[in-house]
Formats: sequence, structure tokens, C-alpha cells
Amino acid sequence: MSVLEADSEALLTAIRRLLAAKGVMTEGEIAQQRQSTDRAEPGQGARMVARAWTDPEYRALLLSDGAKAAEAMNIPMRGMPPLGVLANTDKAHHLIVCTLCSCYPKAVLGYPPYWYKSSAYRARAVRDPRGLLVDFGTVLPEELKIRVVDSSADFRWMVLPRRPDGTEGWSAERLAAIVRPGDMLGVTVPSA
Amino acid sequence: MSLSAGDEVLVKNDWPETRGPAHIRTPHYVRGRRGRVVRPLGVFPNPEDLAFARAAAPRALYHVSFAMHELWPEGGGDEVVVELYEHWLERP
Repeated sequence: MSVLEADSEALLTAIRRLLAAKGVMTEGEIAQQRQSTDRAEPGQGARMVARAWTDPEYRALLLSDGAKAAEAMNIPMRGMPPLGVLANTDKAHHLIVCTLCSCYPKAVLGYPPYWYKSSAYRARAVRDPRGLLVDFGTVLPEELKIRVVDSSADFRWMVLPRRPDGTEGWSAERLAAIVRPGDMLGVTVPSA
Repeated sequence: MSLSAGDEVLVKNDWPETRGPAHIRTPHYVRGRRGRVVRPLGVFPNPEDLAFARAAAPRALYHVSFAMHELWPEGGGDEVVVELYEHWLERP
């Protein structure tokens, strides 16, 4: 019987036993990792964004070391790739893609939206980002430069969107509620 | 070769996948193209070896930006930023 024909549960059990036997990781560590992976959801990233909008010190930490900034919000980053966070400004708008596979800032955003892994999104993001954004309902001014970020290797990337007008005086909690996963990938921008 | 932000680089026009099994994190569309280093991203074990369980030497990783007109015939004023390992980069 080949690996492809094997029962997947049996295969998984065998691999987990091997990982434990070889001292790569214990059953407990696997359980812990599964728990944090299952718990990860876009609300975590949204809370990081909202805090960055209201706390300049946190914003500086977020932009210099995304993983540390996530840990500061009690998001487990152990064993996760480094997280880079790029701030949208009035000069540059960032758009995240992984053309080679499906690298995604899963630790802070959870599982990606279905279209993120599609060939159409991946191919078009690096070639016609403006057209792609229009399909998401996002029309950017010509003078705003789009910086497409292809997650091609060891980093994961997230966008810090610009705080929308009309949110002056809002609490971090209220701000977090308007930040959507697409805003943190750059396909959309948040609005009040 | 140590690179800094602002350095101009040329991505090697190399296609190891035509010579045998390979795991490459350098997208096709930037090979042979000129870009500019945006920021160093640290040092990581070379994924090209890691993928085959070979001893993986540490390699510097860089964020390199490319103008759309350098990548595609229709051009445009935007740019693409890609993570590239030092052994794929040359000084033009």
C-alpha cells in the first residue's frame, strides 16, 4: 500500500508518534498548537489594528516587530513565522498576496478567505492590482502608489490600514469592530 | 554579499527546476529583473535545502521592490515587493 492509499487518521497518528519519539515535539505541544490555530480569527488582527490607531507606542511596536506586538495582545506566536506589518499611508497602499502558495498571517487572522488561495487572485494581484481592487469595490486615487507584497519566503505580512475619517474619539473596541480581514490584506479599506 | 536598503540588485536568471527536483522561493516573474532592496529581513536556513532535509546553510533574506514596468509589458506606476534570498541577488 502506498502513502496515498493509507488511511489519513492512521497516517496522522503514526506521524505524531514519530514526532514524539524523535523528540521533535510532544503530544502536549501538538495539542497546544492545534488549540491556538483553531482559536485564531480575524478579530485578533482587528484588535491589534485598533490599538495601533489609539496608542502610538503600540503602533511603533507593531511596525517594528509584528510578532512581539501580537504577543503583547496575548496572541500565541510560538513556532510561527515572523510577522511583518506594513502601514498604509497617504502615499502608499499595501496589498498582500502569496503567488507561490498560500502563505497567510494565520496566527493573527485565522484561516484565509476562500479567494486568497485562488490562482486568479494570486496571478492578478502582482500584475493588475488596480483592476483587482476595483473588483473588490476599492477604487484608489491614481497618485496613491500600490505596493503589492508577495509573501514569497519566511515572513508573513499584514497591513495596518489608515484610520478612517469620522472615527475621532472612538474607543479601541469600537474601532476593532469596523476592521475586516480584507482591510488587513489591502483588498479593501475600512470606513466609519 | 551584504546588502542595505536602497541597493540596486539583479535577480539571477536561473531555473534550477529545469535541472531536477527543486524547492524555490524565488517567483518566476522576478528572475532576470532589476529591483531595489527595501529592507533586510534577517537570516533563515536556506529553504531550498530544508525542503529536502539537507543541511540548510543560513541565508540573508531581503525585501526587494520591483517597478511594474520592469516586470510586465503593460507597466504601470505601482510596484511589487518580494522576499528574496541573498544567493539569488547580484549587483547589476
